[in-house]
Formats: sequence, structure tokens, C-alpha cells
Amino acid sequence: MSLRAVPTMLKVGFAEAAAYRTEMLVWVLSTTMPLVMMLLWTSIADVAPVQGQGGASWSSSTFVGYFLSVFIVRQLVAAWAAWEMNFEIRQGTLALRLLRPVHPIIAFATSNLAYLPLRTLVTLPVVGVLVATHREALASDWRLWALLPVSLFFAWAITFLMNVTVGAMAFLVDSSLKLMDLWFAFFFVFSGYLVPLDFFPDWLRELSAWLPFRYVLAAPVEVMTGRVSFDGALGLLLRQGAWVVGFGVIALTTWSQGVRRFQAFGG
Amino acid sequence: MRRALELFLVQLKASVMLAAQYRLDFVLDLVIGSFWTVAAVLPLFVVYGGPSKAGVPGWTFGETLLVVGCFITLQAVIDGAISPSLTSVLDHVRKGTLDFVLLKPHDSQLLVSTSRFQPWRVAGLVHASVVFGLGFSELGHGPSLLGVAEALLLLAVSTLMLYSLWLLIVSVSFFAVKVDNLSSLFTSIFDAARWPASVFRGGFRFVFTFVIPLVVMTTFPAEALLGRLPPSTLLASVGGAVLFALAARLVWLASLSRYTSAGG
Repeated sequence: MSLRAVPTMLKVGFAEAAAYRTEMLVWVLSTTMPLVMMLLWTSIADVAPVQGQGGASWSSSTFVGYFLSVFIVRQLVAAWAAWEMNFEIRQGTLALRLLRPVHPIIAFATSNLAYLPLRTLVTLPVVGVLVATHREALASDWRLWALLPVSLFFAWAITFLMNVTVGAMAFLVDSSLKLMDLWFAFFFVFSGYLVPLDFFPDWLRELSAWLPFRYVLAAPVEVMTGRVSFDGALGLLLRQGAWVVGFGVIALTTWSQGVRRFQAFGG
Repeated sequence: MRRALELFLVQLKASVMLAAQYRLDFVLDLVIGSFWTVAAVLPLFVVYGGPSKAGVPGWTFGETLLVVGCFITLQAVIDGAISPSLTSVLDHVRKGTLDFVLLKPHDSQLLVSTSRFQPWRVAGLVHASVVFGLGFSELGHGPSLLGVAEALLLLAVSTLMLYSLWLLIVSVSFFAVKVDNLSSLFTSIFDAARWPASVFRGGFRFVFTFVIPLVVMTTFPAEALLGRLPPSTLLASVGGAVLFALAARLVWLASLSRYTSAGG
């Protein structure tokens, strides 16, 4: 079974990540948005704590805890298969992947996951700062911490499968990467990336509960910062799992429809 | 000078002709851009519209919108005129094809910095004017003529500074080759320019005024529109930007003389 190759592929991927460490560092550094938002919110909360629509009061230190967690989660659940697939489909080099006995989606997934150790390493200083200075902004229930890895994995899986869907759209349309722009625009608003969802009016919060964006970022962050109870966290995980399945089906369908049309340019 | 201008126009025309083949992109840019504009303005609606009536210290809602308007304007300039050329030079350096540009009988800085434009990004200016309109209607009065002139001057100065920063990044790429994502670092640092300067305190205030002059780029033009920018600050900004541009030019020339091409 070709899955036996996965550990080796992970090793190769890790070596690749280590070789391009500077490039990866620049990518990490360019995730400035949570810090930019942190500056805005703390400057406001320093004057007076801000009341969330849900009734919670956000002090300056709550915001620091929240946005540093956002930064960490964003680093750990990152996926970029859409760009890789788009590039390979246009250049025709996807043909080489199709010849191999491992399914290309698994190959993309392993090369993505192989970056995880280094990405974790890079976020460690931020984790250090967070734990050392704003421990009160993190979850105190150990059961939430036990759920966090699962929530992070689901968040990554949703992001990755969405990437595969958009990547496979490149089989069908020319400007599929514009779809990524669209995804990001919605992601910025509905995932708690710019504004904690707690500050949305009720109807927007209700809406964001039914959209996928909350489950790729806000869900792990809420678990990490203890904004949900244990039962609430289980509910979040359940919804995350549902989105994983949903996007899995969409991704595989798009892929299998698209790959039939693939002719390795010039073919 | 006239030849330089002609060359600039020829390069611009080439980019426009290329873009004209992808007319649908204009519509897509307009639509996707409007989502981004909503994403840029939404946090302000949340901040100012919340139950606790909080706000950025020292800035009303309308005033903050003017800063965001300046931000969206400059972002359109970056995406349309500055960043595309940056990407193409970095590509040249990595592939070793910069030699062909250097061989041409013209100033190489001019050639590389006009190599590519994305004309459809003018869509961003449409969004910016909507945000400006919103800001002024919130304030209840329009800007003075002098204010508009000052703001336009400052936006031009900001463009010069952004361009100089860009030139420095390209100079770095001669020494550290695998930096093709530096352009995204550049734009993401610029993201911090979207809020009024009072958001930055302590060290940040210093860095974003003097090291990476984001405050000069968006807060100052907004203050000019509001008619509360001291003339001395205006003069200092213009002077500083010119000096910065000259320094960037010198760094470019120095790096170019040490450029050894792909085989070196």
C-alpha cells in the first residue's frame, strides 16, 4: 500500500523545509495582521475595557492574549496547496506527480505537514511571551488543552481541503487563485482574525456559526483562551469535523472531475 | 529627462495593452477589492459602533475613515505600480536574466522600476473615494482646498518613499537571492498603516515615524485634509522623503556595482 511511503515523504518534506528556512521565516514574519489588530484594540482598551456583545469585558491584556493566540494558530494551521497546485497545473509538472503511485493530494498534504516542526519552532518565542506575561488570558481547564490539538488538526484539515478545492479549480478555469482572494476576504471578517467574534452583533455571530471561517481560526483560539466551556468546545469540534467531511467531499469531487481534463499542457 | 519620460510612457503603454487583454480582471478586481475594503473598514464600525462607545484615542469615526481612505489609496498605488515591478526584478535576479536589462543603453533603475504595471488596480482608487466620501459625510463638512493640495502632495511624497523602500528591497535581493516573498513582507508591514498614529505608542511610534515612515504616509495626509497638519511637519516630510530617495538611489548604485550575475 502506497501509504507506507508517507513517513519517508514527511522526512523529505522536512529536509526541504529546513533548506528553505529563510523563506519560511519571511512568510511567518509577514503574518503581521494579528499584531496590527492587537495595536488597535489595546490602544482602545487601555482607555477603558471594551464590552463585547456577548457580555464579556475585554481588557488590554485579554486582547494581547487573544491576538497572540490568533498569530500562533494561524502559523500552525497554514496551508498553501492551492498555489502549488495552480502552478503545477499551469506548468504541466503535475504530470510527474500523477505518474507516482501515491495520490497527489496525499503528497501535497505530507509536504505541507512536514513544515509543522519548523513552524512550531518559530512560534515558540511567541508562545513563551504569551505564557510568561499573559497566562491569565489562557484557558485554565486542562481538558480544553487536551482538545486543542484535535481542534488545530481539524482547522488545518479544513484549510488544506479548501486549498485542494481551489487548486483543482485550476483544471477548469484560468483565474482560480482569485477565489483564494475571495476566501481570504471572508476569512478576515468571519474568522475572528480582525475582530473577535464576540464584538459582532447577534445576527452576524449567528451567521458566522454557519460559515466555515470560524472553524479554521476562531475555534482553536477560543479553546486556547478558554472562551468556551468544555461542552461548548466539544460542540465546536463536532462542527469542525462536519466541515472537514464536507470540504473533503467537495475537494475529492473537484479533483476527480478536473483531473480528467488535464492534458499536461502541450499534450 | 525627456527620453526618460518617453521610456516611462512606452513601458506604461505596454502594461496597459497587456492588461487590456484581460478586461474581466477589472471587474474581478473591483468586486474582490470591495470585499477587502469592507474588511478594512468593518473593524472601525465595530470599534466605534460598539455598546461601550469606545474609539481610537484622539480620533473620531469620520477622521479615522480618512486615514483608512489614504491607506486604500496607497495600497492601490503599491499593488498597481510598485509591487509588480518588484516581483519581476526579483525574478530577473533569481534567473540571472537581469544582465539583459543592465545591457540596455538606459538607466537601469528606470528600466526595472517601470517594467510592469497592473493598471486595473485603479479600482482601488474608486474604493478609496467611497471611503473618503463616507468619512466626510460623517464629519459633516468637506476639506478645504489647501488641505486637499497638501494631502495630494503628501500622498505623492508617500509614493516616493514607498518606491525608495522598494528599491532598497531589490538591492537586498542582490545579496540574498531566495527572497521572492520579500514583496509580501513589504505589503504586510504596510498593513500597520491603516490606523491613525495614536494607535502606536512608545517604540512603535518611533519606528513607524522615522524608520518605516508609515505615520507620514497615511496619518499626515489625513491630518492635512482635516486642516490640522503644521506646515513645519509638511516641510520635514517632503525633505525627509527626498533625502530617503537619494539614499536609496545611492544604495542601488552601490549594490549594482557589486552585482555579479548568476554565475558570479
